[in-house]
Formats: sequence, structure tokens, C-alpha cells
Amino acid sequence: MSLSPTRMRRTARTQPRGRPSRAAYVFLLPWFIGIIGITAVPMIASFYLSFTSYRLGGTPSWIGAANYERMITDSSFHAASLVTARYVFISVPLQLVFALAIALVLNRGVRGLPLYRSVYYLPSLLGGSVAVAVLWRQLFATDGLVPELAGRFGIQMGSWISDPQHALSTLMILNVWTFGSPMVIFLAGLRQIPTELLEAAAVDGAGRVRRFFSITVPLLSPVIFFNLVLQLIGSFQAFTGAYIVSSGSGGPANSTLFYTLYLFQAGFQKFEMGYASALAWVLFAVIGFFTALNFVGAKYWVHYES
Amino acid sequence: MRAELETDAVRTTTGPDRSRHPSLLRQALGWAGSSGWKHLLLIGFGLIMIYPLVWMLTRSFISNADIFNPDASPSFTLENYLTGWGSLRVTFGRFMLNSMVVALACIAGNLISCTLAAYAFARLQFRLRGPLFGLMMSTIMLPFHVTIVPQYIIFHQLGLIDTYVPLILPKFLAVEAFFVFLMVQFMRGLPTTLDDAAAIDGCGPFRTFWSVILPLCMPAIGVTAVFTFIWTWNDFFTPLLYLNSPDMYTVPMGLSAFQDSTGLRNYGALFAMSVLSLVPVFFVFLFAQRTLVQGIATTGLK
Repeated sequence: MSLSPTRMRRTARTQPRGRPSRAAYVFLLPWFIGIIGITAVPMIASFYLSFTSYRLGGTPSWIGAANYERMITDSSFHAASLVTARYVFISVPLQLVFALAIALVLNRGVRGLPLYRSVYYLPSLLGGSVAVAVLWRQLFATDGLVPELAGRFGIQMGSWISDPQHALSTLMILNVWTFGSPMVIFLAGLRQIPTELLEAAAVDGAGRVRRFFSITVPLLSPVIFFNLVLQLIGSFQAFTGAYIVSSGSGGPANSTLFYTLYLFQAGFQKFEMGYASALAWVLFAVIGFFTALNFVGAKYWVHYES
Repeated sequence: MRAELETDAVRTTTGPDRSRHPSLLRQALGWAGSSGWKHLLLIGFGLIMIYPLVWMLTRSFISNADIFNPDASPSFTLENYLTGWGSLRVTFGRFMLNSMVVALACIAGNLISCTLAAYAFARLQFRLRGPLFGLMMSTIMLPFHVTIVPQYIIFHQLGLIDTYVPLILPKFLAVEAFFVFLMVQFMRGLPTTLDDAAAIDGCGPFRTFWSVILPLCMPAIGVTAVFTFIWTWNDFFTPLLYLNSPDMYTVPMGLSAFQDSTGLRNYGALFAMSVLSLVPVFFVFLFAQRTLVQGIATTGLK
């Protein structure tokens, strides 16, 4: 991932004055050790391992692209990719729509904004924890809260957790439930939109809907884009919920086999570390692809004020 | 490309918090006009959001036998907390203590390494500054999966599996570039005349960092500490990789083990321990709300 030219120019402008300082390298020493020892070397090693067959303690043997070819016929890999794609492309848009909708309601000078903001934000802080995943499993269990409530409305529903048709939906709902953090970012973005513009448009006879699509959305588009990229990348890497809800199996019938969970199973339960490395690189490529796609698409709908 | 995205989000979100409060007139109009149904909607929706947590909390105080018996009139009991606490070979108190040790060490690591690196990037002049800053920024979005296999092999070779070193050491090496970026942004906002004045008074870069810049960075330090705490407290993946023996388990590992052993048959106790595990995060949420909201608004942290 390279830096954009705008960024470089901005960096150059804010460069501190004074003569070059050798002390800077002392300050950077811990980071330097980290970027080499924890990031760069393992990254290169992982790329190499992805072309080998390696089990912990043994020696890696070069097998060319066999790990990557294996994915073509690996049905668990197919399941994991499909589950993850469905999870990301359904729950992220839903989550962002909720976040934006609530942010819009909260933005118009609602009394008690800090309180609402806190209440809606709380799930974002807790959503990644094992405790909430444990709770989620029970919410949708046979005698959990959700079937109980559905029963009161005369809807018979069994355990969604043990139903391959619905198990993934519970995790999507969990992801949507954590809409608070993009909401807070939306709120901060909405605050930057000059009210004069909206008032001027209103004077000119633009209705609510028109003002939203012609003023709010274009001016907010960098923030929408920012949230989209961030949530997309995060959701591709989701792990804890799926692990806890399925006790690490990704079941029932691979319906919650998130990509990262499959990678974990391959690398750290079966100790097929070559294959796990290949899986990691495919994930990296996919995330990179969608992020790049976002950036290309952004040219058509993201509006930057200059 | 992350960089541009970041600064744009920051540019649009760093305005002072109170500068755009609507006028009194507008507020009054809004209140009289549409706020009734709006509040009703917001409160209703908030209740739905929070209800699962309340459900877990109340269940944790009802005895397991009463939970699924609709005819029973449940009474308040601490039974679940007592059984849950000692239900594994290692008590839950031990898991809490372990988690606390790891979280505090991680906070120390992130604060030391990230402020050091950020100071160099934000305030010092050196030859490779541009490229190295670019390198640092490019690691923010790197999915950690592309490094975990070799990292695991290295820690395994060094005999550090089942210790806290793999959990803590990376934090002392500024691996969480997000926080470096946060600090850089903050330090860039401080006037450079401070550095000049310190230099005239005879301060070297270390003295300037320690006595002038660092004390002014408290808000950024607060955000880093709070988020490091929450992330490491909730982190499940790293301990799952590196910790084997129950004595070493952190809270998420303990909960997961509890669920897999007996928890599904006794979820009163499972809920009780889940509630306990959320208490520290909840307290941070209560007392550091301003910091949290500012942190997310300026950087997009979760």
C-alpha cells in the first residue's frame, strides 16, 4: 500500500525545521526492531512458507504453488470464503446504514445527545469480547431470549445457533449491533457540514430528501468512505464470535466457518503451517483488492473539498 | 493510501466540540416540533440495544434451576457467582489477575514505544523521515494474519510459548502503528516554538521530549491507554494462540474454557462470569467516555 502524492506533499510541508538529528534514530529504535522482527521478517517468511509444506518442528519442503492449487478443490476453503463474503457484504452495509440513520437523527440538536451517544456506543466496546459472544449464543439458543420473544408473538422458532440456515445471521446481527463506533464518526462528520448550506438550500425550496442527497451525502462522503473501508477490513478478519458460538468448529455444517477461523484450524490445530500461510496471503490479497476497489470507486462518489 | 484517508477523516472531525451547538431558538423549535416522537424512538431503540445485556445481568442473579422454569418466582441469589468463580481448576480471580497484568504491561509498552516513535516522526528532522513514515503508515492496515505463522514459529523456537512475552513484547516495539499515527497527529498540533524555546534553554531532544512535549500529550496518551486496555482485555485470538496452561489463561480464555467444559449446562454461572469479565471495560466506559468519543472521532478506532 503506497502513500498518495497529496499525503507526501502534506508531510513535506510540516517537516520540522532545524538540522538533521541523529537522536531521531534512538527514538525510533523500538519501532525499528518491531518493524523488522515482528512485521517484515515474518511477512517474508510467511510468503516463503506459503510455497512449502511445513509442520512445526520439521523443515519446510518446497512444493511450489501446491498450497494455492489445493484451495481450488478444498471444500472447507470454499465454505469459509462464502461464509465470510456473506458476512462482510451483508452485515457491513446494514451496520453503516444504521449508524448513519441514527447519527442523522441525533445530529439535529437532540437534547441528551451525550447520553444517547454513549448508550448506542457501548455495544461497540463490548461486541468483540468473549462474554458477548457467550451471551449471543444463549440469546438465540432454543430457550433463549429471542425465541421466547418470538413465541409471544406466535412465531415458533428453534435454536438459530444449531441451524445451519440461521447460525450466520446471528453473527451478522452481532456485527450490526456494534454500529456505535461508525455512528460516532458520522456524528463528528455531520457536525462539520455548514448549516448555512442546508438553510440556503431550504430557502431555495429544497425538501428534506433533496437536501440530504444533494448536500449532506456529498459533504459527508469522505467520512462514509472512511467508515466503509475501516469496517470492511475489520469484518473480513472477524474471529471471536464465530469461534465461541461454534466452540471453535465453525459449525453447524461449516455455516459459521469464518475465514480466519479456518486459517486458525489449519495452522494451529492441524499445524499445516505452509497451507495456513497461503490462506493468510489470499486473505491479504482479497482485503487489498477490495480496499483498492473502494479507492478506485471513490473517485466517482467521494467528494473532497479542496 | 491509508494516510490520505486518515487525514481527511481527521480534517473533517477535529473541529472543537462545542462550537456548533445550535442556537437556543433552534433548540426550542426543535423541541416543540418533532422531538417528542424522536425521543420516544431513540429511547425505544436504545432499550432494544441494551436489553440483551440487561437480560444477561438479571439471569446471572437468578438460580440456574429457576431460569428456565416459567412457573418459578425467581429470587435474587449470588449462587451463580459462587459456583462460577471456582468451577474450573483455576479460579476466575486468577484469570482476572492475569488479564490485568497483561493489560497493564501492554499499556506501558504502547505508551513508551509509540510516544518515542511519534516524537521522532513529528518533531525531529532526519534523512529517511519521509520513507520511514510511509512505511509506518502502511503497516496500519496490514492484516496481522500474514505474520502470525512465522511469529508463532519464532516464539516457539525461543521457548516462549505459554508465557506472556508474545502478548506483551510487540507492544514495546510499537507494532500498533495506529497509536503512533495518533500521537504524531497530536504532536504536530503543538507549536514548534516550544521546541525552539527548549533548545535555547539548552535542552537536547531527550529533555525536550520528556519535559516539554510529553506533558502536553496527555489527551493522546489517555486515548492510547484506554483503547489498549479495552483491546487487550477483550483480545481472544492472541492468548488462544500462545497460552496453553489454565494458570496462565486470561479472562476471555477462561470464559471460553468454562463454556466448553460445563458452561452450557450451567449458564447461570456462565452468565455470572461473563458479567464479571465485562465489569472492568464497563468502568472504563463510564469514566473515560470523553476520551473514548474523542479517540474514535479523530481516528476511527473501534
